[in-house]
Amino acid sequence: MLRVDGALLAVFHLRGGGVRATQPWCPHRGGPLADGLVGDGRLVCPLHNRTFSLDTGETGSEATGIATFPARVEGDGTIVIALPPDGAAPCHADPQLVPVP
Amino acid sequence: MPGPNGAAHRRRLVVIGNGMTGARTVEEIVDRGGAEQFEITVLGDEPYGNYNRISLPNVLAASEDPEGIFLNPLDWYAENGVTLHAGVPVTGIDRFARVVFDAGGAVHQFDVLIIATGSSAYIPPIDGVRDAQGELKPGVFAFRSLRDCEQMIAWAEEAEHAAVIGGGLLGLETARGLLGRGLEVDVVHRADRVMNVQLDTEPARILEQALQELGLRVHLDHSTTALLGEQRVRGLRFDDGAELACDMVVISAGIRPNVELAARAGLMVERGIVVGDTLEVEDEDGIYAVGECAQHRGELYGLVAPLWEQATVLAERLTGRNPDADYHGSKLATKLKVSGVELATMGQIAPEHPDDEVVRFCEPRRGVYKSVIVRDGKLVGATLLGDLSKVSFLMQAFDRGTVLPEERVSLLFDLGGPPAAVSVAELADDTQVCNCNGVSKGAIRTCVESGVRTARGVMEKTRAGTGCGSCKGQVAEVVEWAAGGALEYDPAADYYVPSIPMTKPALMEAVRERDIRSVSDLVAAFADGAGEDPRAKPALASLMRMVWGADYDDERDARFINDRVHANIQHDGTFSVIPRISGGVTNSDQLRKLADVADRFEVPMIKITGGQRIDLLGVKKEDLPEVWRELGMPSGHAYAKTFRTVKTCVGTDFCRFGLGDSTTLGIRIEERFKGLESPAKLKLAVAGCPRNCSEAMVKDVGFVAVEGARWEMYIGGAAGAHVRKGDVLCTLDTADEAVLMAGRFMQYYREHAKWLERTYRFVERIGVEEIRAVVVEDRDGKAARLDAAIQASIDAYVDPWLEADRPATPSQFASVVGST
Repeated sequence: MLRVDGALLAVFHLRGGGVRATQPWCPHRGGPLADGLVGDGRLVCPLHNRTFSLDTGETGSEATGIATFPARVEGDGTIVIALPPDGAAPCHADPQLVPVP
Repeated sequence: MPGPNGAAHRRRLVVIGNGMTGARTVEEIVDRGGAEQFEITVLGDEPYGNYNRISLPNVLAASEDPEGIFLNPLDWYAENGVTLHAGVPVTGIDRFARVVFDAGGAVHQFDVLIIATGSSAYIPPIDGVRDAQGELKPGVFAFRSLRDCEQMIAWAEEAEHAAVIGGGLLGLETARGLLGRGLEVDVVHRADRVMNVQLDTEPARILEQALQELGLRVHLDHSTTALLGEQRVRGLRFDDGAELACDMVVISAGIRPNVELAARAGLMVERGIVVGDTLEVEDEDGIYAVGECAQHRGELYGLVAPLWEQATVLAERLTGRNPDADYHGSKLATKLKVSGVELATMGQIAPEHPDDEVVRFCEPRRGVYKSVIVRDGKLVGATLLGDLSKVSFLMQAFDRGTVLPEERVSLLFDLGGPPAAVSVAELADDTQVCNCNGVSKGAIRTCVESGVRTARGVMEKTRAGTGCGSCKGQVAEVVEWAAGGALEYDPAADYYVPSIPMTKPALMEAVRERDIRSVSDLVAAFADGAGEDPRAKPALASLMRMVWGADYDDERDARFINDRVHANIQHDGTFSVIPRISGGVTNSDQLRKLADVADRFEVPMIKITGGQRIDLLGVKKEDLPEVWRELGMPSGHAYAKTFRTVKTCVGTDFCRFGLGDSTTLGIRIEERFKGLESPAKLKLAVAGCPRNCSEAMVKDVGFVAVEGARWEMYIGGAAGAHVRKGDVLCTLDTADEAVLMAGRFMQYYREHAKWLERTYRFVERIGVEEIRAVVVEDRDGKAARLDAAIQASIDAYVDPWLEADRPATPSQFASVVGST
């Protein structure tokens, strides 16, 4: 997980090169997405295996998807992530998600 | 030969009959690309598309709308390139000229002919049943078609009292429908009990009781000799001279196959049109018969399942999908509701053979009756009335001819068996089957009804079973139940992981042969371009470790989080730390260290685990290496798909009942096999005597000390979401032998089990006899190799908590990186 200017993001280095960035917590039960498995353009949450597209954040069903942010690696190794103009990085959650005390 | 515009000439297929079998056969042919191979023409008596005849009593009872029962409405035919002539009866077949004549004067040439003319209601020769014109007397109805149904409904508006002649399934359903329309109803039946074809006397009596409670009057042993009334029916007369006044009569005294057309054409007809296993009419070429009009191996079928089987077989043949497809007859198993009472019957209704075993249970007050008939250890008949909780089990046993349990009573009742075996059908629709993802039984059923016919497909769509996975067995059962047993064969069910089309032994072989040393190389070599399914990676990593020990390129991104940080992730992203306490035996040093670490790191919860060790819960990821260093104890592997624990009871050390030294054996086994990679977790136990205080009989591998200080070995037990008593594999004379056999069985399991397949499933799948033959008796000469293989894995074992000092990756234990 990366904290940048107050925003918390999950950032992934892909085996074939390139980076992806998403919201940090799973909409299902708040699992740490940064600890999930990735492959084939998908991300799997470690708590209950909910699966998301790393590009669009969609789940392929009616389940709530995740916010994704365009990201790339510069020649010198710097990672550049584009956040929305107001700087706040959205974090979607299932409507019934009860925050863990 | 090509036609004028160059297109290939299609053969002409003519189907006589647009009922449930005829239309279904056409549908199956079209589904297999038949519309490209054949010019299809269907000729149907009735002026509509194909409707579900079985639903007609519901239309009568006003619980279904006539529009709602159509299976193939008229547009379906046009949409699928099928020419339908509805409402045009066929008048003749010329089998030499290969033409069919219809009532409209048209002549239809055929290359292939399918006769599916179905049956008609049998009208017994009762005096006065017909009027002078030969029509049924006004107020008298047969109940076969939608038109019959509509006419009955119209007449019932004015009528007050109906008599139904015939107390079989249709008669009883009709009676219930008419009762629902406000009429008084009497059922008249020639036999001495209702539904005499499906039911023996005892269950029939229970059903009769239920019918009476509904308000129906049932007259058994009554033959109707005359229908009274001139302009319209006004009563019945019976063979004993008694009369019954009524103003409506429905005749449901059975059906007879419509074979006239075939007989006049010179085809072979006995009770029905005679067909062979290919469904071709005897001695004919290219002329077939299916459905109620067909007689196969002397049988006529009136239930829908065999008819649809015939339709499928014929479609496979004609379209060339499977030119050798044969129909072998059907075993009759039906589940239905008659007058609100649930009934399932299969095979024989009464013993026929002097050696037939019958087991019966009857509770008339509750309306329950169950009986099974067993011959040569196999189920040849069963009747369940009022309580269908064992129906799935019995239908399976009947269908597959499985050998039955010796205790026959367990065929009728669940006696302390695993809850999963108790009827999935009985669960309420809103029962939550998958807790991780909140998927109810109803949601699974809806998915199957929408067309998904494999367990894997349903899991993918609904997410059921994709969380912790412990409900997968139940999900599969619900899918099988919802599909009515008609599951699609899913070849991926045998693969080690769905994304690679190979079984585990084949995959292991290929990995060794091609010297593949990393998960990414494996995926590149075998995944057929499917890409790196992230959910398959831990399974493939496990396979790598099994084949190569430590000698492979351990790509950490292929590991599940628990295996990256060697601790079990909790719901809030903290971790559980359980150090190794072998055999559940500790000492004051370890206890002091645990207490000190708990204090120093302000561990929120200290818990004693089911595996007989101590758990520090709530440890932050970045503290893990420090915690391990302070503890100085090796990992308990409580988080991984590995060998886990050996629980013990005190045994001969102190226990007054101890027959064997369970703690020593338990510690020895745990020390030897600790942390070994396996397809699913392995939980063991050793008990010092058969009182089994350490629960060894419900473990993946368990040892129980018996007289003579010998060890009884159990495999395939479980006591979690699934409960199963282990099978006895063998009895060993010494502790050394016990250790050896444990290793050998576990290695066999490691090499053959699917990813996440616990031993309780594995042992059932392979069978304990087969395992005994290979592992204990060494039938295939594999024992030495298995022993050597597990020794190699043991030699390669390294405590993962040593990564505290030598992390495998730079930010292995970092939670958050970066500035605030």
